[in-house]
Amino acid sequence: MDYQTIRTTCPFCGCGCQMWLVRLDGELIQTIPDKCAPMNEGKLCIKGLNAHEFVQSPERLTQPLIRKKGRLEEASWEEALSLVASRLSAIRDQYGGDSMAFLSSARATNEENYLFQKLCRAAFRTNNVDHCARL
Amino acid sequence: MTNSIPEIEDADCIFVIGSNTTEAHPLIAHRIFKALDKGAKLIVVDPRKTQLAELSHIHARLHFGTDVAFLNGLMYEILENKWHNEPFIAKRTEDFEPFKAAVQNYSPAKASAICGIPSDVMHEIAALYATSKTSTILYTLGITEHTHGVDNVKSLANLALLTGHIGRPSTGVNPLRGQNNVQGACDMGALPNVYPGYQVVSNPGVRSKFERAWGAELSPEVGITIPEMMDGLIEGSVKGMFIFGENSVESDPNTDHVIRALESAEFLVVQDIFLTETAKLAHVVLPGACWAEVEGTFTNTERKVQPVRKAVEPPGQARPNWQIFCDLGGRLGLDLAYCSAEELFDEMAELTPSFTGITYDRLESMELQWPCLSLDHPGTPFLHKDRFSRGKGLFHAIEYRPSEELPDEKYPFVLTTGRRYAHYHTRTMTGRCPSLEREFPGPMAQVHVKDAQKLGLKDGGLLKVTSRRGEVVVPVTLGDVVPEGAIFMDFHFHEANPNRLLGTFLDPVSKTADYKVCAVKLEKG
Ligand code: SF4
Repeated sequence: MDYQTIRTTCPFCGCGCQMWLVRLDGELIQTIPDKCAPMNEGKLCIKGLNAHEFVQSPERLTQPLIRKKGRLEEASWEEALSLVASRLSAIRDQYGGDSMAFLSSARATNEENYLFQKLCRAAFRTNNVDHCARL
Repeated sequence: MTNSIPEIEDADCIFVIGSNTTEAHPLIAHRIFKALDKGAKLIVVDPRKTQLAELSHIHARLHFGTDVAFLNGLMYEILENKWHNEPFIAKRTEDFEPFKAAVQNYSPAKASAICGIPSDVMHEIAALYATSKTSTILYTLGITEHTHGVDNVKSLANLALLTGHIGRPSTGVNPLRGQNNVQGACDMGALPNVYPGYQVVSNPGVRSKFERAWGAELSPEVGITIPEMMDGLIEGSVKGMFIFGENSVESDPNTDHVIRALESAEFLVVQDIFLTETAKLAHVVLPGACWAEVEGTFTNTERKVQPVRKAVEPPGQARPNWQIFCDLGGRLGLDLAYCSAEELFDEMAELTPSFTGITYDRLESMELQWPCLSLDHPGTPFLHKDRFSRGKGLFHAIEYRPSEELPDEKYPFVLTTGRRYAHYHTRTMTGRCPSLEREFPGPMAQVHVKDAQKLGLKDGGLLKVTSRRGEVVVPVTLGDVVPEGAIFMDFHFHEANPNRLLGTFLDPVSKTADYKVCAVKLEKG
């Protein structure tokens, strides 16, 4: 039996409650509120208490998809990324970087947001990057 | 937030405006409960009788969208009764006179005629907020999601400056941010006008620093915001779009318009963890890893940077988002050879003064809130202690502007929208937590009992809601949570998403759309 607890931050609201994810034989089975965190002092709300459930949802995307003849079909990473790179650079080269728009994510980590805006700004020479801070 | 969450507990007066805290920020509400136990006074300003309003000492049920008139009226009372903090105003603020002149137009009688709060109640609130030793303002999207959202926020800042309830523990002007890392996404420069740490793109010195660090030429032009991106797609000035972890089709107002925009894109890439309604429109969908599958950090609403740790492997071929970006960057001629999230964090911190003192190592053993200026800096639990970031605190003269779309004969009800306790946004995540689905399985609008009687509606019955943009059918609960003449809808459920009804009325400065006031017609469904 492999039983592990991993301390992390709740993925839902801006309170940022600290929790432990509990993993049993490779599967997340529950969350436990962190008792030492000054923010949540050993408590979680109903969302935090069930946060592990969506991670292992059978509906998770597990493979890149490419639209072919109007339908999204499974593809390899190589095929998907080379298509994205070639179409985006074609748009950039033909119309300029400001013809691209990028939406970043208030759910993703700081590191991912940092890299995403760097990618837009440095590879496309545009500041057309935003996220849903306004909602 | 200017201050920290635990400080709320020791405030003498808590002024909550436009925030349904118990449902949207349960663990902040918990602090308010603790403060009440310690004897704090609670003022709730909200058209709806929220759970928190039931526990308040004073509940001001102002008319939808009249916050500026209400706040100006409050400040008139404070000045009239000399409850303002003269030494603080003299030492720490500027532009007091024009502000004072503007407020003079909002006598309690006049303000009350606009916002519907009786003048004696305004007097009572003014006294309580201004004369308590520590008063803290908490607000959420009920303040910002208006066509005058920026004016609302500035008015709250005026209120804190006028009374000196800022720059000390348990005071301040505190926006409670809705999403786990919306603070972090802003801090990291996922905004059209700033690089990480709010360093402006149009400043040549800042720009050349980033150009050197990133080895690329950068644009001096401020970029466009989400609503402008959508318009640009339809008009043809925007050709391609890359959406990372957002479900615009269901979260943005005026759904039909958004779908039309995304369908106009020559090329649309969506990177997400589920096949959202937005991803279904993409040319390419890239599967990312989710929060339990990566290392990194989130920044909460009190500016605290906290670790996110990997607990399990991503499913199938899904990959950590940052690795996808590195790979893509390479194919676009940019060298993004990072080995870890920590390496990314360190690069960001080196370029961002407010993060200079934060490292993964330090986060292992302590709590750090930015600004954190050096490796021995303890972080900043509350801002503006001895000076404001711009030096002096600036007063703003603000005039009341009505909301864009008010009820009329054809559309006589006000629609307002918000969140429910068991769900989060478009339910991409919470809808796939079976326990939360069981707890709160479907949409439920709220209407006042008296309106229901006139419409012949029963509790649990179906209601057809129509606006100038579209119609939605939704079950209702009756009660007195919303005032007469209004309807509340949550935005969690695809089948009854009020965003289909909303227009795209934007605040002229922030470009935030109005999610709180929209005119609708109600009929039995
Ligand atoms: S546990 Fe609840 S209150 Fe805490 S961060 Fe998560 S969603 Fe917010």
